[in-house]
Amino acid sequence: MKVGLFVPCYVDALYPEVGVSTYQLLRSLNIDVDYPERQTCCGQPMGNAGFEHMAEPLARKFDELFAPYDYVVAPSASCAAYVRCFHPNLMKGKSCSAAAKTMDIVEFLHDVIQVKRLPAKFPHKVSVHNSCHGVRELGLSSPSERNIPRFNKIIDLLQLVEGIEVVEPERPDECCGFGGMFAVEEQAVSRRMGIDKVKRHIATGAEFVTGPDSSCLMHMQGIAEKEQLPIKFIHVAQILTAGL
Amino acid sequence: MSTIHSKAAEAYQQKPEVVERHDKTFFGVRQKRDNMARALPEWEDLRTLASQIKKHTITHLADYLEQFEQNAVRNGVHVHWANDADQYNAIVYDILSSHGVKKVVKSKSMLTEECHLNDSLERHGIEVIETDLGERILQMMKLAPSHIVMPALHVHREDIGATFRRLIPNYASIASTYAAANAVGAPAAPIAPSAVGGSPADDNDPTFLTYVARMHLRQQFMEAEAGMTGANFGIAETGDVVVCTNEGNADMSTSIPKLHIVSMGIEKLIPNYAAMGVFQRLLARNGTGQETTVYTSHFRGPRPGGEMHIVLVDNGRSAILGNEEHWQTLKCMRCGACMNTCPVYRRSAGYSYTYFIPGPIGINLGMLRAPLQYSDNVSACSLCCSCDNVCPVQVDLSTQVYRWRQQLDSLGKADPMKKTMSRGMSFLFDRPAVYKAALWMSPAVNWLPAVLLNNGLNPWAYGHKMMKFPKKSFHQLWKEKKV
Repeated sequence: MKVGLFVPCYVDALYPEVGVSTYQLLRSLNIDVDYPERQTCCGQPMGNAGFEHMAEPLARKFDELFAPYDYVVAPSASCAAYVRCFHPNLMKGKSCSAAAKTMDIVEFLHDVIQVKRLPAKFPHKVSVHNSCHGVRELGLSSPSERNIPRFNKIIDLLQLVEGIEVVEPERPDECCGFGGMFAVEEQAVSRRMGIDKVKRHIATGAEFVTGPDSSCLMHMQGIAEKEQLPIKFIHVAQILTAGL
Repeated sequence: MSTIHSKAAEAYQQKPEVVERHDKTFFGVRQKRDNMARALPEWEDLRTLASQIKKHTITHLADYLEQFEQNAVRNGVHVHWANDADQYNAIVYDILSSHGVKKVVKSKSMLTEECHLNDSLERHGIEVIETDLGERILQMMKLAPSHIVMPALHVHREDIGATFRRLIPNYASIASTYAAANAVGAPAAPIAPSAVGGSPADDNDPTFLTYVARMHLRQQFMEAEAGMTGANFGIAETGDVVVCTNEGNADMSTSIPKLHIVSMGIEKLIPNYAAMGVFQRLLARNGTGQETTVYTSHFRGPRPGGEMHIVLVDNGRSAILGNEEHWQTLKCMRCGACMNTCPVYRRSAGYSYTYFIPGPIGINLGMLRAPLQYSDNVSACSLCCSCDNVCPVQVDLSTQVYRWRQQLDSLGKADPMKKTMSRGMSFLFDRPAVYKAALWMSPAVNWLPAVLLNNGLNPWAYGHKMMKFPKKSFHQLWKEKKV
């Protein structure tokens, strides 16, 4: 099995350590993982903003670039979801091989590798951020709206970490208000959603907010720092490699 | 540039306590709905079934409409067809004026809002009285509904009290009967007479205000020569019309006046009573978190000595049926669940939207009505997809918002800032060498804000503290074999 690591543009530029953790995590599980260097972005920012045609060439290149791999794994649920749910339509007329094999790191470890043990240690209380596209497009957890059996793949993985205490906020999968350019165009509502969300995470008594999407974490961190709300943010991959 | 919605929403944030109250109120309705959903093991099957029934019906609409008309006519009902709002308003006016009607009582109908029926009738000198309590309050305050199911939930009781005192002519005499009316079998609540006869010390007391409204409306029911209702469902197999209310006002509106006019959008049709069983179980559970509405009224024909009319209204619905990307909106049964769950609606409230139906379904219906006029609502979505998951008929609401966004540029309604940012990103991302060079030559701080910073503004800094930029990107670390 050969895995292509996809480190989305903003993780590449702003959170390289999340990419590093993801790579190390996969290597520690003896997975053959490679990082094709000509990768950039999945195209979601342009698509969500209403300029899908600008995302089209990116989808095609993404497909070609990752053609040699059995799986594409990304430390970003939203980007993986965009490839899976939107690339096929962007590439209309052509088959999109990336859609089915692109996964978020949590999904990949939980469903494909079926990790049952991890050597990580993280003796802290963490509040899980169930990001919208992770929940409702990738199915990382059962959406709170639905009457289906409860599950949460993020929590399943975090429970493997020694010393950790995992909690969820009230309204466990309400949007934090990032939404890509939504945060810019609807900045007032976005800010309010962010403040509400951060406060609910803080109310759990957790030291950290963790989730599979650096974009949500970036949004909430920016708001928490501006509003001086005391809580730290960390990507799931970083916890799963803590103490390795 | 920002949209009308984003500006109105920003103004709404000026009173954080109002936002909090609005958010909590409607999230509370969402939670009641969740409890109902979890109480039924077959919940998800019901949603699938409801979606399939609606799809079946609207894709065989012509046949079902004819069947419905035939059965209704056989039941002694007059059936009218209106192609658009003007035709609809004219038909209703003709019926009313030919019967010499001066006052009409009306139960809640979003279709009449859509067609501006009240304005039209009032221009012709016919008085229209809304009888749904929320709608009546708004009518007196000259406000539009802020939600399609709970239209006046945003109005505070102090304002309702003031409105009643100002606009109900016999307020004082109604108030003076309150103590006596309450004494009969009423719980022993302390009632201190205040300045106005027998009204309680707090003349904004909810129970008291409800009493005033009831007495006021009772008089309207007695005086009106015609009653109008909407239709939650039309049943093709029997020609029946089903109206769901919590106040019984549809029944009052049709039990006293001899003339009953039903206004029904053609998408409200379902095939038969087996289908009705599915929708009956979903409507109130989704809308208000009740197992069923307090009243579910089935109208089959005119009362003895009375007349019943049904006006079937198209007003753009046939065109939606032919719209490959947006036909699913016709499945909507107006339960309002998508509004209650929408984190943007809850924090910006109904009046921030420019179409009379707010929230996810309203964004889409507005665009279908007049895209140039209502494109300002398309920004009001973070694409969280919660609405898709509550919708009892599985309308793909968020996907449709995404699709509308793709059309804004060709409509000339794209946000220039978003366009510039998208262009900048696509230039960079489409050229891996340039992208890599940008990452390599300088930390992201030097090029990312170039994308973010436009017109001298940094929109990110509005709500956020600027992020710290790492010295090296992942790309760079990889190249240096430091991963």
